[in-house]
Amino acid sequence: MSALLAGIVLAPLLSSVLIGLLYMISITQKPLAKMWFTAPALLAPFISFSLGVIAFLQISKTGEALHFEPYLWLSVGEYKIYMGFLGDKLSIFMVLFITFVGWLIHLYATSYMSEDKGYGKFFFYFNLFLSSMLLLVLADGPLIMFIGWEGVGLCSYLLISFYFKDNSNVVAGNKAFIVNRVGDLGFLIGLAILFFYCADAGFSYENIALKIASMPPYLLPLVGLALFIGAMGKSAQIPLYVWLPDAMAGPTPVSALIHAATMVTAGVYMVARFSFLYELIPNVGLFIAYIGAFSALFAAVIATKQSDIKKILAYSTMSQLGYMFIAVGLGAYSSALFHVFTHAFFKALLFMGAGAVIVALHHEQNIFKMGKMRQVTPVVYVTMLMATLAISGVPPFAGFFSKDEILLVAFGRGEYLIWGIAVFSAVLTAYYMFRLFFVVFEGKNALHVNHPHDVSWVMKAPLVVLSFGALFAGFIGLPSLLGGSHLIGSWLGEWGGRVLHVNHETEWLLLALNVCVSLLGIGIAYKKFYAYDLSKHKEATGIVYNKFYVDEIYDVLFVRSLRKLSEFIAVSLDVNIVDRFIMGLSHDFIKLGHMVALVQNANVRFYALIMMVGVSVASCYLIWMVD
Amino acid sequence: MITNPLFAYMAVAMILFSIGLLGVVSRKNIFVIYMSIELMLNAINLMFVALSNYHHDMGGQVMAMMVIAIAAAEAGVFLSLIIVLYRRKKSLDSDIFRTLSQKEVV
Repeated sequence: MSALLAGIVLAPLLSSVLIGLLYMISITQKPLAKMWFTAPALLAPFISFSLGVIAFLQISKTGEALHFEPYLWLSVGEYKIYMGFLGDKLSIFMVLFITFVGWLIHLYATSYMSEDKGYGKFFFYFNLFLSSMLLLVLADGPLIMFIGWEGVGLCSYLLISFYFKDNSNVVAGNKAFIVNRVGDLGFLIGLAILFFYCADAGFSYENIALKIASMPPYLLPLVGLALFIGAMGKSAQIPLYVWLPDAMAGPTPVSALIHAATMVTAGVYMVARFSFLYELIPNVGLFIAYIGAFSALFAAVIATKQSDIKKILAYSTMSQLGYMFIAVGLGAYSSALFHVFTHAFFKALLFMGAGAVIVALHHEQNIFKMGKMRQVTPVVYVTMLMATLAISGVPPFAGFFSKDEILLVAFGRGEYLIWGIAVFSAVLTAYYMFRLFFVVFEGKNALHVNHPHDVSWVMKAPLVVLSFGALFAGFIGLPSLLGGSHLIGSWLGEWGGRVLHVNHETEWLLLALNVCVSLLGIGIAYKKFYAYDLSKHKEATGIVYNKFYVDEIYDVLFVRSLRKLSEFIAVSLDVNIVDRFIMGLSHDFIKLGHMVALVQNANVRFYALIMMVGVSVASCYLIWMVD
Repeated sequence: MITNPLFAYMAVAMILFSIGLLGVVSRKNIFVIYMSIELMLNAINLMFVALSNYHHDMGGQVMAMMVIAIAAAEAGVFLSLIIVLYRRKKSLDSDIFRTLSQKEVV
C-alpha cells in the first residue's frame, strides 16, 4: 500500500523520460505530432494526484504515516542510506495541492506553449520538475529531500532559460542557479552538522528528531540558521531574493508552477519539516519571522512601482512568502502551510491570468501598454478579479483567511513590530494588485500595437477551476471564530504550534482591521488608477522603480569584487609568483636533464669504461671493506 | 706471498686481463676490441689452469677447455658479424655503430 508513495514520484519521472526520448526522436528522426507529448505530460500529474488522494484517504482512515523503503541507495561502510519515502499528514497535504495545481498548469501550458518549437522539451522539464518537487516533499530524510531540492533548482534553471536564444534569459537562468547555490551551501552545512551528530541509526527525520536533544546546544542555532539560509535561497527571501524577479524570463506557465505555487514554497515546507529543531530555538525563529516581515514589506514596496506584469507578480510572490516565513518563524506552521495552500491557488491563477493577457496582446508585458482588457477577455477579467481579491485579503476569498491567521499569530505572540510591518504590507499588497488590475483591465485610451484577441478555452478552463479554488480554498481553514472547524489546522495538528491566548474581541477587532486595511489599499488604487488614462502615462523613475538598486549593489559588492580578486590572482599572483616559481623550477629540471643526458652519449666504449669503473669500485669495496 | 709459485701465474693473468679490458675501453677498431676480448678470455683460462694445477683438481682444466671451445664458436659468430657491419657502413670504427641510440646521425 505504501508503495504508492513511490508511484506519486515515479509517474512524472517516467513520463518525463518518455517525453525526453520522444523529443529526441522528434528532432533527430521525424517530427512527431504534439499529441505524443501532451498525452503523457497531462496523464502523469493526474496519476500522481489520484495516488495522492488514495494516500490521503488511507492516512485519514488509519491516522498513521506511510513509510516506504524500496531499496538501499548508499552504503558507506557500516552506514546505510535507504531510498525512503514518508507520507505523513504534512507531505500528503503538500502533494495534494502540488499535483492538483500542477496538473491545471500543465493543461494551461499545452495551450500556452502550443506554438513553440520546444514543446516536447518544455514538458520534459516540466514533468521532471514535478517529480523532483514531489520527491522533495515525500522524502523521509534530508538527504533524499536534497535530491529533490537540487532537482527543482536544476529544472528551474532549465525553464528560466527556456528561450535560450535571448542572452538575457540565459543570464537570468544562471542568476537563479547561482543564487540558489549560495543558499544550498548553507543547507548543506546544516545537513553536515546534523549528520555528524544525529545519523547513528539512519538519517531520517524521525531519527533526527529523537537525537536532536543530544546535540550540543550551542550548535542548534547554527544548524537552524544554516538550514534557513537554504530556505532563503529557494524561497526568495532577503537577501537571496534577487533571482526571483529575473526568473520571470521563462515562459509564463513556468512562473505559475515553479515561482508561485510549488518550488518557492519548498523553503517553508523545509522549515515546517524541521519544526522539531526550530521549536528548540525560538530566537532563530524570531529572526526568520523578521526576515519574512522585511521581505514582505520590501517586495511590496518595490511592486508598487513596477510596470512589467510578471515582475509585479514575482514581487508579490516574494511578499507572500514573507508572510509564510513570519508564521513559520513564530512557530505557527499550520498557519504558514494554510497560506501556502491558498497562495498556490490564487497565485497560480494570477500568473496564468497574466499569461493569458500576455498571449492575448501578442507577448506584451508592460501593463501600461495594455488597458481595456475587460472587453477582450471577459473570462480572464472575472477570474483575475477573484485572484486579486484573494491576494488582497478581502473576505470571503481564500487569501483573507490565511493572511488573517498569520497576522493573528503575529499579534497574539506579542510581536507587534512584525505585525505592524505585515499589516502595512497588506495595504501595499491590495494597492499594487489593484493598480495592476485596474490598469490592465480598465485602462483608457490603450495603444495596442497589435490587435488583441481572446485566448482559447484550454487556457481559460484552468483559470475557472482555480478561481473556485481562490474563492473556496479559504473555507477549508475557516477559523472557529467564524463557526468553522479549521480543517487544515486539525489535519496538521502536530504542526499547529503553541496555543494563542487571544480573546474573541481582539480576534474580531483584528479581523475587521484586516478588512479595512485591504479596502484601504483597494481604495487608494481605485482613486489613482481606475480608468487610468494610458496615453498620458509617464514611465516611473526613482529609487523604488529601480528596486532600491539592490542588483547594482550586489553587482559591485559581490560580482565585481570577486572579479577583481580573480583578476588579481590570475595576473599578479599566478603569473608573477606561481608561474615564475614553477616555470623556474622546470627550467632547472631541464638543465639538470641535459647534464644527465651527457652520460648517455651513445658511445659504447664510454659505457664500457663506466662499467669498468663500477666493477672496480665494487671489487675494491668487496676486498677491503667487507669483513 | 711472492714466493708462492701461484703468484706469478696470477700476476700474468691479471695483467693480461687488464690489458684486454683497457683495449676494449680505449680502442676504436672492432677487430682490436675483439682481440682484446679474446685476451681477457685467455687470461681467465690461464687462471683456471693455474688454480687447477695448484689445487690438484681437474675441474679447472675442464672449464678451460670448455672456454676455448666456446670462444672458438663465438669467434665464428663475431667475425661474421664484423663482416656484416663492415658491409653496412664501410668502416670498422666502433663509434659509428649507434643505431640503437636516439642520437644517431643518418
